[in-house]
Amino acid sequence: MKYVLIGNSTAAIACIEGIRSIDTDGEIVVISSENHAAYGRPLISYYLLGRIKKENMAYRPADFYTKNGVELMLGKTVTSIEPKEKYVMLGDGSKVSYDKLLVATGSRPFVPPMEGLDGVKNKFSFMTYDDMLALESVLSPEKNVLVIGAGLIGLKCVEGILHRVKAVTVVDMANRVLPSILDEEGAAIIQKGLEEKGVKFYLNDSAAKFEDDTAYLKSGEKIGFDILVVAVGVRPNTELVKSIGGAVNRGIVVDERMHTYIPDIYSAGDCAEGYDSVAKQNRILAILPNAFFQGKTAGINMAGGDSSLTNAIPMNAIGFFDTHVLSAGIYEGECYSEVTDKVYKKLFVKDGRLVGFILINDFLRAGIYTSLIRGATPLDEVDFEILRHAPELMAFSADVRKNKLAKRV
Amino acid sequence: MKRIYVNEQWCLGCHLCEYECIFANSGLDEMFKLKGKTGNYIPRIKVEGDDSSLIHFAVNCRHCTNAICVQSCIAGALSKDEYGVVTINKDKCVGCFTCVLVCPFGAIMPAPDGKAAQKCALCTDNAMGEPNCVKHCPNNAIVYEERD
Repeated sequence: MKYVLIGNSTAAIACIEGIRSIDTDGEIVVISSENHAAYGRPLISYYLLGRIKKENMAYRPADFYTKNGVELMLGKTVTSIEPKEKYVMLGDGSKVSYDKLLVATGSRPFVPPMEGLDGVKNKFSFMTYDDMLALESVLSPEKNVLVIGAGLIGLKCVEGILHRVKAVTVVDMANRVLPSILDEEGAAIIQKGLEEKGVKFYLNDSAAKFEDDTAYLKSGEKIGFDILVVAVGVRPNTELVKSIGGAVNRGIVVDERMHTYIPDIYSAGDCAEGYDSVAKQNRILAILPNAFFQGKTAGINMAGGDSSLTNAIPMNAIGFFDTHVLSAGIYEGECYSEVTDKVYKKLFVKDGRLVGFILINDFLRAGIYTSLIRGATPLDEVDFEILRHAPELMAFSADVRKNKLAKRV
Repeated sequence: MKRIYVNEQWCLGCHLCEYECIFANSGLDEMFKLKGKTGNYIPRIKVEGDDSSLIHFAVNCRHCTNAICVQSCIAGALSKDEYGVVTINKDKCVGCFTCVLVCPFGAIMPAPDGKAAQKCALCTDNAMGEPNCVKHCPNNAIVYEERD
């Protein structure tokens, strides 16, 4: 059996671990356009922040690939898949045959058309290790930085570079920061915290045009900068599957076993759509844990095992200067909230189940809430009065507690 | 492998396990040296139930067979060792607390400095050798043994 994995980040690593849990002999080839062994992709901002050293950014120990018998082809890009003859074509014209194929191509930065952007010299994306190195090479204490995008990537970049430059300004079309994970009230807390550190925000606004090192906003504001970071959003890399007739919506469509519906081709990670068990629909859950769950599921199935992913949900843990936001699920239904100056807690209950939460600063033991959402646990089986105030195992019945604490799990 | 299991019916809620955990991981050689300093530490085991409760029990890492914290860690800082003990590599942990977000037992928490996560490693990461909480539990409310 020969497994070929396109991509070398979380989903691919998890796929290798999934394959090897079943098949210890099969040949595994990993093809990646990046020139690095797998690294924790979200660590790039923590490196700039000084929280982690380069040598500790590897996602797995140095001997991971050799121990797992993986042939690593770095710096190679797959240009097409030939599903009938079962090989992939590389940019250099060579072919790599497969029996089972994983497409874990991830996503790429989306750069919207903005007038004059081509003329900006120091412009950067912030997704990869190489993006980070390129950005780092121009950071210095006298530089002004403009970041387009107040989402997860943009703001983590801001946190990473703020102490290494003169000033950082953020522009976003949305009316609040982190619109994908926070409501207005929660977003205001994060924005205020960043403003206290000196970050300047222009929300409900966008860059209408650039002239060299000046941005002209729709609102009429004019912002000079030395460095531009574009972090508006990402687009899944679906073209390889789409071009051979595979089902693609926003992402590559897969079933619960991560199969693409094309024989022997699987997909996982930020390029793939999966079933969101709380929103009850297929969507891209571009979060690292989900890439792992999907990759592992794919690997097990590729190796002849049987694994289904049925409890994926959106969930995020993100911090800015020690203010932490932990969130999960959807923000629908009845809201139980507890909001004070520093602490912000909202639980969302719908159809007798916990479906979502947002916790800022008060996040201890949040995983107990997350497990209720992933498990779709009916709230009449637990003591919600306890859970409303704090996530505790006390809220479960004695029998359930026994299964959790007196048995091997 | 041996793990810590809870005998809920015997737990008095005395919190000794929490103090013994702090001591085991403090690096100090005598318990009395913690006097006035317990606030500098956070125990890796937590007793649920307050003084008015009829029920008490201690919760720490279950060292799950398919540990969701290990699968979810954005840094690869959490891993299972050859025996199945789930450990954190402090040099790799950046304190994002995704592990806190996913642990169904609420058994991973920020370290005192808030810059990294911490969890029970069954006292394999300190000088105790065997779980100090179990050793000093006065009522066998937590035990360290093999179970299926």
